[in-house]
Amino acid sequence: MIGLGLFNYWVVIFLMMVGFYTLIARGNLVKKIIGLNIFQTSVFILYITMGKIAGGTAPIFVQGEQEVVYSNPIPHVLILTAIVVGVATSALGLSLVVRINEAFGTIEEDEIEDTAL
Amino acid sequence: MSSGLLIALSVLLPVAGAFVVLALGKWPNAREAVTLITGGGTLWLVSGLLPYLREGARPRLDILEVVPGVQLAFEVEPLGLLFAFVASFLWIVTTIYAIGYMRGHEEENQTRFYFFFAIAIAGAIGVAFSANLFTLFAFYEVLTLCTFPLVTHHQTDEARRAGRVYLGVLLTTSIAFQLLAIIWTWQLAGTVEFTQGGILAGTASAGVLGAILVLFVFGVGKAAVMPFHRWLPAAMVAPTPVSALLHAVAVVKAGVFTILKVSVYVFGLDLLGALAATAWLAWAAAATIILGSLIAFTKDNLKARLAYSTISQLSYIVLGALLANRWGVIGGGMHIAMHAFGKITLFFAAGAILVAAHEKDISRMHGLGRTMPITFGAFFIGALSIIGLPPAGGSWSKWFLGMGTLEAGQVGLLAVLMVSSLLGLYYLLEVPVKAFFFKPPEDAHRPEGIHEAPTASLIAMIVTATATIGLFAYPDLAYELMSMVVPGGAP
Amino acid sequence: MSHHLPVLLVVIPLVAAPFAALVNRPRVSWAIALGSAWWAFLAAFALLRQVMADGPIHYALGDWAAPYGIEYVVDPANAWVLLIVGMIAAVVTPYALLSIEREVPDARIPLFYAAFILCMTGLLGIAITGDVFNVFVFLEISSLSAYALIALGRDRRALTASYQYLIMGSVGATFIVIGIGLLYVMTGTLNMADLAQILPELEPNRTIPVAFTFLTVGITLKLALFPLHLWLPNAYTYAPSVVTAFIASTATKVAVYLLLRFFFTIFGASFSFGEMQLDKVLMPLALVAILTMSIVAIYQDNVKRLLAYSSVAQIGYMVLGISLASALGLTAGILHLFNHALMKGALFMAMGCVMYRVGSVRIERMNGLARAMPWTMAAFVAGGLSIIGVPLTVGFISKWYLIQAALEQGLWPVAVVVLVGSLLAVVYVWKVVEVAYFRDLDADADIQEAPLSMLIATWALVLANFWFGIDASATTGVARRAAEVLLGVGS
Repeated sequence: MIGLGLFNYWVVIFLMMVGFYTLIARGNLVKKIIGLNIFQTSVFILYITMGKIAGGTAPIFVQGEQEVVYSNPIPHVLILTAIVVGVATSALGLSLVVRINEAFGTIEEDEIEDTAL
Repeated sequence: MSSGLLIALSVLLPVAGAFVVLALGKWPNAREAVTLITGGGTLWLVSGLLPYLREGARPRLDILEVVPGVQLAFEVEPLGLLFAFVASFLWIVTTIYAIGYMRGHEEENQTRFYFFFAIAIAGAIGVAFSANLFTLFAFYEVLTLCTFPLVTHHQTDEARRAGRVYLGVLLTTSIAFQLLAIIWTWQLAGTVEFTQGGILAGTASAGVLGAILVLFVFGVGKAAVMPFHRWLPAAMVAPTPVSALLHAVAVVKAGVFTILKVSVYVFGLDLLGALAATAWLAWAAAATIILGSLIAFTKDNLKARLAYSTISQLSYIVLGALLANRWGVIGGGMHIAMHAFGKITLFFAAGAILVAAHEKDISRMHGLGRTMPITFGAFFIGALSIIGLPPAGGSWSKWFLGMGTLEAGQVGLLAVLMVSSLLGLYYLLEVPVKAFFFKPPEDAHRPEGIHEAPTASLIAMIVTATATIGLFAYPDLAYELMSMVVPGGAP
Repeated sequence: MSHHLPVLLVVIPLVAAPFAALVNRPRVSWAIALGSAWWAFLAAFALLRQVMADGPIHYALGDWAAPYGIEYVVDPANAWVLLIVGMIAAVVTPYALLSIEREVPDARIPLFYAAFILCMTGLLGIAITGDVFNVFVFLEISSLSAYALIALGRDRRALTASYQYLIMGSVGATFIVIGIGLLYVMTGTLNMADLAQILPELEPNRTIPVAFTFLTVGITLKLALFPLHLWLPNAYTYAPSVVTAFIASTATKVAVYLLLRFFFTIFGASFSFGEMQLDKVLMPLALVAILTMSIVAIYQDNVKRLLAYSSVAQIGYMVLGISLASALGLTAGILHLFNHALMKGALFMAMGCVMYRVGSVRIERMNGLARAMPWTMAAFVAGGLSIIGVPLTVGFISKWYLIQAALEQGLWPVAVVVLVGSLLAVVYVWKVVEVAYFRDLDADADIQEAPLSMLIATWALVLANFWFGIDASATTGVARRAAEVLLGVGS
C-alpha cells in the first residue's frame, strides 16, 4: 500500500531520472533540451502532488460550510511560474540550437567539437 | 617642522621627485638636477629627525587604520634612522655617478630609470621608518616591485630571465614565508607593532616561536640567506648604478634591516637567545658566509664576484642579529652602514671599468691599474672595508661582531668570521693587485696614459672611498644610534 | 519614497528593460541602461548606509504581511551584495558604450542593453528578497538574460558556450527548486525568516537533509565551485568583454551570497556544519579549486580564459572562508566577494580594451602591447598585483583575513595553500606581463591606446583596488557586521 500511496512520487523520480539521463547522455542538442524539459516536468509534478490533499477541493471559500477540506493552492501557483520559466528556457535553448546549426552546420555535440577548432 | 611632517615628507619627497622626473623626461639636465635636489632634500629631512632621537623621543606618524588593529604607521627609531641616513646619502652620490655612467654608456630609457630609482628610495625609507610589521611588509613589496623595471632595464632575454628569478625568489619567500610569519605573529600577539623588548615572549611554545623565526629569516629573501640567494646574482644584469645602490645598499639592507628589527622588536633579545632555532639559524647564516665567499672565488665576472661577496656579508648582519646579544646587534647595525659604503665603492669602480675600458672579467683587467689609477685605488679602499682591515670603516663592525660571538660563547662562529675575512682578502684584493702589478693580456688594446671614467662617476667614487676611511676615524654616529637600539652598559 | 526604496531598487530597472528594447536606438538604450545602473548603485548605497545605521529593513510587497506575502529584507549581508552588483553595473555601463558598438552588431544593441538591465535586475532581486521561491524567479531572470548576453559574443563558440551554460544552469536552478519544494513540504512556508524559525523545531527526518543536499548542489553549480565549474571558462572566454566583466564580478558573487543565506540564516550554522558536516565537503573542494585551477590558468593562451580559471580559483578562496564557519572566516569570504569583484572587474575590463584595439585577447597577439597601450597594460598589472595579494591592494586584505581565520583554528596547511595560490597567481599574471613588456611590438601593428571612456572606467576600478586596500576599515566593518548577522550574533 505504501508503494501505491506514493505512486506520484515514483512517477516523479522516474521522470527525473529519464530526463537527467537524456540530458547527460545524448549528444544531440535538441534531445538535450527535451531531456531538460522532462527533468523540469518531474519537478512540476512534485510540486502539484504535494499541494494535493486527499479528498480536498479547490480552495474557493464556501459560505456556511465548516467541514470542507481544501487543497493547498500555493504549490500550484508556484509551479505556474516555474512552467513559464521552463517555457522561456526551452525557447532560448532552442533558438540557440538554431543559431548553432547556422554557425556550425550541425547540432551533434561531437561534430561541433570537431569543427570548432 | 614637526616630527610627523618630517617623516611624511621624507617618504613623499622622493615620490614627488619621481613624478617631476617623469614630467621633465625631455630635458635630461633638468631631470637629473631634480633628482639631485630631491636627494639633498631627503637627506636634510632625515637628518632633521636625529635631534628627536637624541632626546630619547620616538617620533611617530599614524596614517590610517587599514584593518582594525593594524595601522599604516611610521615610527622613527635609531636603527631605522641609520638605514635611512645611509640610503638617502648614497642616493645623492649614486645619482652623481649615474649621470656619468648612464650617459657614458648611452643607456636607453633613462627617464624611466630615474623614476623607478626615486620610487625605490621612497620604498627603502618607508621600510626604515615603518612602525609595525604590516607597514614594513607593504614597503618591502613596493621595493621588490619597483626595482623589477630597474633590474630588467635592458629588456633583453637575459634581463627577462633574470627578472623572473628576481621576482620569483623575492615574491615567493615574502608571500609564502614572511607573510605567514607576520599573520601568525598577529594571531599570537594580537599586535604587529615594533616594541622594545619584543611582543612574542610567552605567547606560544618554543617550537612554534622557533618556526616563526625560521619563517622570518628565510622569508626575508632580501637578506639572501642561502638557499634563497639566487636573485642577487641574477639582479646584476641591471645597469651598474642599480647594482651599486639597490643591490648593495637599499634592497639588500632592507632585508637585513628587517631581520634586525624582527629580532630586536618582535622577538626581543631575551626570547631570541632562549630559542633553539636561533642557534641553528646562526649556523645557516655562517654557512652562507663561507659558501658565499667560496663561490665569489670562482667568479671571473667582477659584478658576479661582488654579488656573492654581498651575499656573504649580508649574513654577517643576520648572524649579528641571531647572536641575540648587545654586541651582535650593534655590530650588525653598524655593518649596514659600513658595508654599504665599502660595497658601493666597489660597484662604482666596477661600473667605471665597464664604461671606460669595456671590461667585465677580472682576468682581463690585468695591468688596467696603470690606465685607471683612481678607480682601482678606490676599489682597494672599498675592499679593505669589506675585509675589515684598518683604515676602513668595516673594521669597527667586524670588531663588534667578533665581540658578539665571544659574548655568546660561540668560538666556532668567530672562526667563521675570520676565515671569511681571509677569503675576502684574497678574492677582493686580487683585483687591484693584478690591475696594478700584472701585465695586460696580449690582445687588450689599452690607450696610452690615464683613461678614467667620466668625471661625475669619479667624483662619486672618491666621495664614497673617502667616506669609508672617514667612518674608520669617526664611527661615532653609527655607534651612537646603535647603542640606542640596545640600551645597556658603556662599551 | 525612501520607505519604498527596497522595491524601487528592483522595479525601476525591471520596468526600464523593455523600454531599452523598444526604443530601438542604440545610444538611447545605452542611456536607459546607464540610468538603471546608476540608480541601482545609488539606491544600494543608500540602503547599505541605512542598514548599517538603523538595522535590518523589512518591506512587505503590496502590503501583504509576511509570511503570506513576499517580503524584501535588507540586512548588512545582502545590502553589501546589492552594492557590489550596483557598483559594477555603474562602472561597466559607461565602458560598454564603445566596447559593445565594436563587439555586437548594431541591430542587436538595444536588445543587448535590455538583457543587460534584466540580468542586473535579476541579480539585485536574488539578493534583496526574503522569500525562497522569489529567489528562484529572480535567479532565472538573471540566468536567462545572462545566456542571451553570452550568446552575443563575436566568436561562434559563444553560442555553444551559452548553450552549455544554459543546460548546466537550468539543472542547477531545477535542483534549487526541488530543494525549495521539499522545504515547503516540511514547513509550509517560503519566507526565509519563518523557515529559519520552524526548521530547528522539526523532528529529525530525512526530507530536510535531502532538501539541503539538492540546494547545496544547485547553488554550488551556480557559483561554479570546483568540480561544477565546467560551464564557466567557455562562457567567460567567448562572451562580449562587457558581459564577462559584469558577470564575472557579480553573478558568482550573488550565488555565493545565496549559499551564505541558505546555510547560515535558513538552515543555521549548527545544522549545516554540525549535522550535515558541510565544511568537510566544501573545504577540500575549495582547496583543490585554488590549487588546480590556478595551475590550469597558467597554461592558458587566451587571457580571458586564463582569468576565467583564475576566477574559479578565487571562488575557492570565498568558499574556503565560508567553510571555516567562524566569524573571521565568514568575514574573509564576504570581504573577498567585494574585493574579487574589484580586481576581476578591472582585469576583464583591461582585456576588453585590448579586444577593442587588437581584436583578440590571445597572448601571442599581445607582444609588446605595453608600448602601444601603456595605460591599459598598467591597469592589467595593477589588477594582477591585487590578485596576487600584494600589500596595499584589496587582494592583500582578503588574504590577511583568510589566513588569520585558518590559523585561528590551527589549520596552518590551509594557510599554506592560500599562500601557494598567491604564488601561482604570480606566475599566470607575470606570463602576460612578460609578453606585453618584454617582446617587441609587431612591426606592422598599428595599435593605439584604448578610448578614454573605457580607460576611465577601467581605472576607476583599479584605483578602487588600491583605495580599499589601503583604507579597508569601511569594507571590513561591513563584512564583519554581515558575518555577525549571518551567524546570528549581535543584531
